[in-house]
Amino acid sequence: MYVSVKGGEQAISNAHAWLAEARRGDAALPELSVEQVEQQLTLAVDRVMAEGACADRGLAALAVKQSRGDLIEAAFLLRAYRTTLPRFGGSLPLDTGAMRLQRRISATYKDLPGGQLLGPTFDYTHRLLEFSLAAAGEAPPPAPEMEPEEPGPPPRVTALLAQEGLMAAEPEGDDDTPPPDLTRDPLSCPASRALRLQVLARGDEGFLLGLGYSTQRGYGNNHPFVGEVRMGEASVEVVPPELGFAIDIGDITLTECQMVNQFKGSLTEPPQFTRGYGLVFGHNERKAMAMALVDRALRGAELGEDGGAPAQDEEFVLYHCDNVEATGFVEHLKLPHHVDFQSELENVRAMRAAQQ
Amino acid sequence: MTYSYAFLDEATKRMIRRAILKAVAIPGHQVPFGAREMPLPYGWGTGGIQVTASIIGRSDVLKVIDQGADDTTNAVSIRRFFARTAGVATTTHTAEASIIQTRHRIPERVLQPGQIIVYQVPMPEPLSRLEPRVVESTKLHALADYGLMQVRLYEDIARHGRSASAYNHPVMVNGRYLMSPSPIPAFDNPKMDRMPALQLFGAGREKRIYAVPPYTSVKSLDFEDHPFDPIRAPHPCAICGATDSYLDEIVTDDVGGRMFVCSDTDHCEERAP
Repeated sequence: MYVSVKGGEQAISNAHAWLAEARRGDAALPELSVEQVEQQLTLAVDRVMAEGACADRGLAALAVKQSRGDLIEAAFLLRAYRTTLPRFGGSLPLDTGAMRLQRRISATYKDLPGGQLLGPTFDYTHRLLEFSLAAAGEAPPPAPEMEPEEPGPPPRVTALLAQEGLMAAEPEGDDDTPPPDLTRDPLSCPASRALRLQVLARGDEGFLLGLGYSTQRGYGNNHPFVGEVRMGEASVEVVPPELGFAIDIGDITLTECQMVNQFKGSLTEPPQFTRGYGLVFGHNERKAMAMALVDRALRGAELGEDGGAPAQDEEFVLYHCDNVEATGFVEHLKLPHHVDFQSELENVRAMRAAQQ
Repeated sequence: MTYSYAFLDEATKRMIRRAILKAVAIPGHQVPFGAREMPLPYGWGTGGIQVTASIIGRSDVLKVIDQGADDTTNAVSIRRFFARTAGVATTTHTAEASIIQTRHRIPERVLQPGQIIVYQVPMPEPLSRLEPRVVESTKLHALADYGLMQVRLYEDIARHGRSASAYNHPVMVNGRYLMSPSPIPAFDNPKMDRMPALQLFGAGREKRIYAVPPYTSVKSLDFEDHPFDPIRAPHPCAICGATDSYLDEIVTDDVGGRMFVCSDTDHCEERAP
């Protein structure tokens, strides 16, 4: 009997062999390639890049394959790899205003300069299973292309509001102070907005979705409108110290959401609109929008709003939205705890004996 | 592509060593540190692993235990991790180890000067169940305001006749900082007091390190009229006959059969006939 808790070494090896076999599935079927995952499960790859906090589609696709499609496990694999990489420095702030857009919509105006650009979206599809996808077929014909009505990047909706003075100005960034780095220094509260956004950007999509939804249902409502959601490629620029000027090191795909929220004004501020901001790697509007709702909710204290809702509670949101931390601690409960449990057992027995 | 010695890059190890030095200088005080993602999940010993990775050298001999045993699955996994990434010698003998990483137990054998015991800590903040806000609990430590914990202990005793914390019973370090001993059974708490070995505590997910230097006073919280009274199953070990070791209860059948054996497997093997 006593042996049953022993022999861990062999058991672990055997379990891992079984895992490898289960991952492969039926060997009579062709093996899924990392390239297929990257090309055909693009949104899973995007989510893993965002929560894994590492913009590398190939590695994210490998993580999806290795994790058997468990995306939180995949994000963890990517994070654990990312943390071993040397850190060369930071990029310049990304100019998302100059993004080459695949998609750009605004809910606040019927039409606006630059137009509404739907892009590759599930919106307005009917969610009927397409049984034709179950059979391998020809590649679909290419989608029709259209020339943009106006050349150049379209203006931001928030900038249009700002022209009229209706959009609260964001505090100017301080170029001399480097932004905080969550991956190097532990989170501490109260957190700056830059740090909060870092936490939210790699936070769990489901957790942020639930929190954002809760604000819509009255737990810290902030009257949101989608000023703009845009998705496309932005250039990443760095200034190597030996050159002293910016060079473009490549493009990354991003989804950005600017939520426009009503604000009744305060003693010092006139009534105006305020902003909730979401930015996420890849194509993920759900995450960007939820992030923008939660960002705005966390600004409640700064804007003098009544707090108390979960989404407005900075410590609650920031300490619990990381799914790699959360899944580790929840799942650690399956590790042996028999020493602690033994103590509890003897304690309960002693208390019962004392009662009788 | 190869990984650094003991997995972490040198800059990270330096950062962790600085945190450890600060922790040793302020016994019982939790030092925030930039914990990294490790290739093992949070909650499975990432804090302890990072501390061990930062202090381990090629001449060290490592012992890893979980629940007192060297052969529980997670202990095996962590021992393998260091054998693979640092190439160090490992042992199951407490006396031979220079570093002992542990989860939930302190070995029965008295640790010696020069040895280091590294605890894996899930929740470093002893006040977290009473005050979950980090901003607030940090203030309470700064003010040495531990009334909340005293009241909880008082309520336990008033309600149950004894302290209800059978494990992770809070301790006062060097008369100043309230500290979580990690979820070790209360039975192990007295071993921490004036221990000749250096005690290091790593909490990876919560990103804190704390320490108890050798020969430092560690007192389990109690009251004069209700002194600290750790509990142990009232049996001898079925294998080695020890009457002073902490015991695991092994269920042997489904009609109430039980056997009690040492949780510290090395201790038991040394004593067994």
